[in-house]
Amino acid sequence: MSVTQNTAERSNFLEIRNLKKEYTAGNPILKGIDINITEPGIVAIIGPSGTGKSTLLRCINRLIDPTDGQILFDDADLCLAKGAQLRKLRRQVGMVFQEYNLVERLTVIENVLTGRLGYMSAWQAWRRKFSQEDINTAFELLDAVGLTEHAKKRADSLSGGQRQRVGIARAVMQNPRILLADEPTSSLDPKTAVEIMELLERFSAEKNIPALVNIHDVKLASRFAKRMIGMSNGIVVYDGPPEGITDEHLKQIYGGESWLV
Amino acid sequence: MNTIDHHWQRFTLKQKLSRYAVYLVLVIAFVQSIQSVEVIPEFLLDAPEQMADMFSRMWPIDFAYYPVAVHDAMVETLNIATLGTLITLIFAIPLALMNASNIVNSAWCHWISRFFLVSSRSVNSLVWALLFVSIFGPGVIAGVLAIAFRSIGFVGKLLGEAIEEVNMGSIEALKATGASWMSILLKGYWPQVLPAFFSIVLFRWDINVRESAVLGLVGAGGIGVVLDDSMNLFQWDRVAMSLLAIFVIVILAEIVVVNIRKRLI
Repeated sequence: MSVTQNTAERSNFLEIRNLKKEYTAGNPILKGIDINITEPGIVAIIGPSGTGKSTLLRCINRLIDPTDGQILFDDADLCLAKGAQLRKLRRQVGMVFQEYNLVERLTVIENVLTGRLGYMSAWQAWRRKFSQEDINTAFELLDAVGLTEHAKKRADSLSGGQRQRVGIARAVMQNPRILLADEPTSSLDPKTAVEIMELLERFSAEKNIPALVNIHDVKLASRFAKRMIGMSNGIVVYDGPPEGITDEHLKQIYGGESWLV
Repeated sequence: MNTIDHHWQRFTLKQKLSRYAVYLVLVIAFVQSIQSVEVIPEFLLDAPEQMADMFSRMWPIDFAYYPVAVHDAMVETLNIATLGTLITLIFAIPLALMNASNIVNSAWCHWISRFFLVSSRSVNSLVWALLFVSIFGPGVIAGVLAIAFRSIGFVGKLLGEAIEEVNMGSIEALKATGASWMSILLKGYWPQVLPAFFSIVLFRWDINVRESAVLGLVGAGGIGVVLDDSMNLFQWDRVAMSLLAIFVIVILAEIVVVNIRKRLI
C-alpha cells in the first residue's frame, strides 16, 4: 500500500477511463465510461433502469469484473487488483445498497462492526475481537445515525429506514476514501429518503470524501448533488452541475417527455 | 355485440398424454408389485392370532431386566448416536461447502462432493454396520462409524441446500468491505445458516438414536444386541422391556430436539 496521503492534498479521488462491461459477448452494458472524481461531495448518477448504473458502481469495487478499461484509485488500477491487494482497496470503498444487505441475524452494532472485517483476520472476526477503538467508533456512528438505543437489537427487527442507516454506518465504519450508494433511497418513503441523503451528504462532508449515488429521483438528486452524471444506454450523456440539467437532457436520458410535468 | 371465445387449456395435448402415461405406469407398477410379492393368504389370515399370541408372551414386561442389561445398552445406544452425529459433521461440513454453488463455483467440486454424499446415502446404515463389523469386529466402533457414514449424505445435502438459500445481498455487502473469504464465511454465511444447521443436526441425531437401536442386530453394539439376544432366546417379556426403553428414549429425544430448536430460531 502506498504512503497514506492527506485527502485534502489529493488531486483526484477516482478516475474511470473507458470502462466497458459486457455480460454476454458483443452485448455491452457499459460502452466506455469516463468519469473523473476530483472533489468531495455527492455525485448523483441518474438514468433509467437497466442502463448500467448499478454495474458501474459494482465495477468500482469489483463486485463485478469489468471487461475493459481502467479504474484508478489510490495510485492503483482497481481493474487489475487481485487477492489481498483487491481486498485492501475494497476496504477503502464503502458501499450502501438498495436492499440494505445487512446480516439480519446479527445485532445492529455487530453489523456496523462488520465494516472493519477488511482490517481483521478471520480468526479475530470469529472471536469478535474488535479493537476498543473500533467499538467506540461504531457506537459513535450509531449515535450519529440516531440508532444508539437499537444497538443490541437484531438487525431484522428494524424498519427499512433504520436498516439503511445501519448500512451507511457500516460503510463509514470502513473509514473509506469514497462512498458508493446503489439506489439507497428507492425502497424508502419520501421523508426517510431525504434523511438518508442528508446522512450521505453529512458523512461525505465530515470525511471529506466523494459519494457516488445512483438515484432514480431527479429532484432529490439535484437537491443534494454537487454534480450530476446522466447515463443512458451505457454511456454518459450529461456530466455537470445539477442546475445545468434541462428538460432536453432528461428527454435524452430517460426518453419520452410525457413524464416531465 | 359479437364476443370472441377465448381458447384456454391448462395443459397442451402433449402434456395431457404424458400425464396419462404416468398414471398408466403407476397402475401397472402397482399390479406388478402385488403379483411379485406373492402374499400367502393363509399367513395373512393367521396374522391377528399370531400377534395376540406374541403380545401375551410379552406381558408382563420384565422390568427387572432393565437394570441388569437394558440400561447400559441404552446408554451405549445414545453414545453411538451422539458420537456418530458429531463425526458426521467433520465430513459433512466440508462436503456441504463444496456442494453449494454459491460458495464453490466449480463443476468438478460439485461432482466430487455429490459422489460422496450420494454414496453415503445410498447405503443403509445396517449395511454400513455390516461393513464396519467385518473391519473392526463387533462392537461400538462399528456402530458409531455406521451411523456417521450414513448421516454424511443426509447432513451434507441438507446443509448444502441451506447454504444456497442464504441471502446473497449480505454476502455481497461483506465482500464490499474487503473481508477475506473466511471472514465472509464466518460472518455472512454462518449466522444465516445457523438455525438450519442446528435443525438438521438435531433432526439427524433424532433419527440416529432410532437407527442405532437396531444396529445391534448385526453386532454393532447398543440396545439392539440385547434385543437380538432376547429374541433368539424367545424371552418376549425382555424383548418388550427393550422395545419400551427404545420407545421412551425416542420420545425423550423428540422432546429435547423440539425444545432446543424452538430456542434457536
